[in-house]
This record gives sequence, C-alpha cells and structure tokens, in this order.
Amino acid sequence: MPDTAELAAGAPAPAALAELRRVAIVPALNEEHTVPRVIDELRAFDPGLDVVVVDDGSSDRTAEVAAAKDAIVLRLPYNLGIGGSVQTGFRFAYEHGYDLAVRVDGDGQHDPSQLGLILAPVLAGDADIAVGSRFAAEGGDGYRSSRSRRIGIRILASVVSGIVGQRVTDPTSGFQALNRRGIALFARDYPHDYPEVEATVMVFRHRLRMEEVPVAMRERGGGRSSITALRSIYYMIKVLLAIFVGLFRRNVVPQEELQ
Amino acid sequence: MTPLAVSIAGAIASIALVLVVLELIRSRRLRERYALLWLLTGLVLTALSLWRGGLNTMARWVGVQTYPPAVLFAVGILFVIAVLLHYSTVISRLSDQNVMLAQRLALLESELREAEPRSS
Repeated sequence: MPDTAELAAGAPAPAALAELRRVAIVPALNEEHTVPRVIDELRAFDPGLDVVVVDDGSSDRTAEVAAAKDAIVLRLPYNLGIGGSVQTGFRFAYEHGYDLAVRVDGDGQHDPSQLGLILAPVLAGDADIAVGSRFAAEGGDGYRSSRSRRIGIRILASVVSGIVGQRVTDPTSGFQALNRRGIALFARDYPHDYPEVEATVMVFRHRLRMEEVPVAMRERGGGRSSITALRSIYYMIKVLLAIFVGLFRRNVVPQEELQ
Repeated sequence: MTPLAVSIAGAIASIALVLVVLELIRSRRLRERYALLWLLTGLVLTALSLWRGGLNTMARWVGVQTYPPAVLFAVGILFVIAVLLHYSTVISRLSDQNVMLAQRLALLESELREAEPRSS
C-alpha cells in the first residue's frame, strides 16, 4: 500500500506506476480551449502517461490543438456521443495492451492532480475500477450545480446503490481509473448516450470491484455540458429503463474473458 | 359508450406491445433510445383502453358522437405517425453518417497506398 502522503492531491504520481503501461483517455467535443491545459496537467502529474484524445466530431480545432501537444488523437468521423467516444478510448487501450487507464474529461472539470487519489485503490489491488465522487466525502460538497441535477444524481445514486448492494454516491462521474480487467470489460461492452450510470451496474454484474474516492471537481472550463435541463428528464427515463431491463439480461462479456 | 369487448381487446393488444418492446430491449435488438416512443405508445393506448370514461369524454371533445373507440384508433394512428417520422429523421442521420464513413475510408485507403513502399 503506497504511503498516503504520497497520494495527497497535488502530489506526483506514485512510484508503483513506473512499471505499468498507462494511458489517459480524454474525450473531447469542441474543447479546443481546455484540452491543451488538460494534456499539460496530465503530463505534469505523470510524464510517462500516454495521452489519447478522442475527438467526438468537433467542429472546432480540438483535434489540431491536441495533436500540437503530441497527444495521440482519435478523430471520430462524426459525433458518437459520450458513450461511443469513451469506448473508442477503451478499445485503443485494450488493443495496445495498456495495464492501466484513467479517464479525464477534456472540458477541464476533472483535475489531473487528483489522479493519485483515484489511482490508489487500483494500484493497491483493492479495486478494478476507481471512481472520483463529488459526494463521497463526509458532508462533502465537492460540486456546485443546479438543484434539479443534484436531485437527479441522488435518485440515480440510490437506485444504483440498491441494485449493486454497495453505497454509490456519484454514479454519473466519469473521472475514473481502471486496471486491465476494467479496460477489457469496457472495450467489449459500454453503454451509449449517458453511459456512466449503466456502466456502474454493468461493472458489478461482471463481478468487478469498484470503489469510490472523494474528489473535488472544477467548474467546466469550456464547451457545453452534454446534458441540458430538458434532456435530463429524457435521460433519467432512458437510464432507469436501461438499468431495469438490463437486470434481466445476460452478461455480454463472459466471466472467464475478464480474468 | 365503448363496448366492453373493445376495451379488453384494446388493452390486451397494447400491453402485448409493451411486453414485446421490453423483450426486444432485453435481447439487445432494440436500443432504449428508439424504444421510448414505442413504450409511450403502448402505455397511452393501454390507459385509453382501460379508462373507459376518459375515452368517452375525449370522444365528446372531438365531436365523436356514436362510437368512442374511433378515438382509440385515431390516437394509435397519431402515435404510429410520430414513430415513423422519428425513424425518418434517424434514417436521414444514418445515411449522412454512412456517406461520411465511406468518404473517410476512401481517403484513408489512398493515404495508406501512398505510404506503402512501391513494390516492383
């Protein structure tokens, strides 16, 4: 178990990282103003991290500015939505044999200097997937957002917690670290549109171990949230439907392929 | 007044629609995104079949005097039109994406051919 002081926010990457092949997956849609900073911060956290920017059909110069920073750029020919673009990153990680992947959104709301916290349970072998939660801290208020959004997240959190039998406070968080098993699962099967909630249930159904880590998220640096007020109701219904129908579904990825 | 047999038959058919849609989602032959309108159709038709007083009232609103189940058919047809219109937009988007994919592939292929060292 790495020293806790070493893993405090702002600290450099733990030494245990050095032998692992690791990649940061950065989904981005029209985020030319924030992507370069995210790439710089990722390299400041860990210079040995390969950075893959998945450009989900941006109409601005997101792909160019990312390439100028020497990131690997996967440019999708048209917009796939967040699920499809993130999965492109997982497939890349899987096919190129990475041991460890982190997902950090290109809009700047995930602070790469906190990756040490999220990586800790995965590096210690306690979790296959670790997720940064805005709400996990005691009395935590790591996140300001509209009331309706918070209520929505709380409803989804209690539904998911009940299904998976483990307390999940932030099932919509995309700030994650995954080991090879997690990468393998998501490369094979990943939900569409608004994927994190369904993915959380999927992880447990495939008997992978997930842990939440309290983090603070920043204000979005640019771009636009993919979820507007009216859409969030549609997404709520869609996600709840997907979760409940999913309960009656057999796993797509056989257990033995995840060992 | 709506004949009871019509209400029962309508409800059975609508519930069957909902169940079939749910099974299609479960077996991954239908994505949630494209199933929601079908589910709404099934649920509204089920409600109108079972809530006979409501159907009569609605019939009176739209001037149907003699045979309230006509409203049931009308609502059903409206929903089917909505689903079809939605699918037309989906097909249009798919064919746009298909064009982009084909173009991207052609460009990639030519790049690949240029990058290959010429043999012979």
